[in-house]
Amino acid sequence: MTDSQRDPALTAPSRRSFLVGSQLLLSGAAVALMSGVPTRAFAGTRGARAQDITILNTAIGAEHEAVAAYQLGAESGLLSSAVLSVAVTFQGHHKEHVEALAKAVQQLGGSPAEPLDKYTFPVSSLTSEAAVLEFAAKLERGAVSAYAGAIPLFEDRDLSNAAASILADEAMHWAVLRSALGLDPVPGAFFS
Amino acid sequence: MRQVLGTTMVLALVVASAVWLPAVRDARAGDSAPAADLARGEEVYARCAACHSLTENRTGPRHCGLFGRAAASQPGFQYSKAMQRSGLVWDAATLDRFLRAPLDVVPGTKMTYAGISDPSDRAALVAYLEVASRSEACTAAAQESP
Ligand code: HEC
Repeated sequence: MTDSQRDPALTAPSRRSFLVGSQLLLSGAAVALMSGVPTRAFAGTRGARAQDITILNTAIGAEHEAVAAYQLGAESGLLSSAVLSVAVTFQGHHKEHVEALAKAVQQLGGSPAEPLDKYTFPVSSLTSEAAVLEFAAKLERGAVSAYAGAIPLFEDRDLSNAAASILADEAMHWAVLRSALGLDPVPGAFFS
Repeated sequence: MRQVLGTTMVLALVVASAVWLPAVRDARAGDSAPAADLARGEEVYARCAACHSLTENRTGPRHCGLFGRAAASQPGFQYSKAMQRSGLVWDAATLDRFLRAPLDVVPGTKMTYAGISDPSDRAALVAYLEVASRSEACTAAAQESP
């Protein structure tokens, strides 16, 4: 899985115009992460810094997993070319999240979580494009909550800010995937 | 109305997923918790899905077999020292406490998630977990993988 994750054909970013907004937003997140860290995080206590590193590493773990899940979807042969290009774009965002979060961990003096050798996904049920989209949507919806649950925990508010920026990206992914499934893309006003 | 509709749709999405279907069917058959509460609990469980699934270890450990098992005892998952030392055994009471504020109950845990503050959301979630973690999906998964 890890080798094929680096397949350049699958990582080339899609230029579909409706996705450009989220790509721009992500760059914003990366910038916030990288520029925000040295100023305030190093002023925190050691314990607080260790906790920020743990939060970032748990997020990195989930992001690696999302990258692997999109890889599975991309290689499944079940996706139409339009959906495949969306999947590859979203996978690219998750890779950018990993990079930005890993940089933040390093700046705090920690070691970023590595991807696992192997991920176990419910492959036996991923037998159609819709099933793959539903699975991805479930992960993205969960990611919204995971970041919502991380934001209040950071000692360094700049990291909270960066996590909010990533949360927005995940929420857009979720909406686009729901739309592709023929569901109301924005099924409510509040999500936690 | 819109929110009710939306809720139904999220639920439909989750229910539509083949992995979950058996869990839901199980949940509705022969358990004392009303189906509506279990549906709500399942909806709350969607918040955990970036890191957890019932049947597979992910960023967090699998939840099949959760009730009655000691914290940090799922094979194949690398737990934090903090969770290993917590001494917790998972039941409705310990889960309710942990899920309200994971880092307060197990300081140093890798589950860096603020928690579910609404007591009724938490109750629905724990009721759902109790049923889902013993569901057919879990039995089937146990047979597939060691
Ligand atoms: C950001 C990722 C993340 C989210 C979101 C998350 N968890 Fe976790 N969870 C973890 C990790 C990582 C662990 C392992 C903790 C450790 O070893 O310190 C864990 C551990 C647990 C445990 C202990 C299990 C055991 O085997 O001892 C339970 C129970 C649990 N989570 C339930 C939930 C529920 C319910 C939700 C949703 C409300 C949730 N988690 C949301 C990452 C997450």
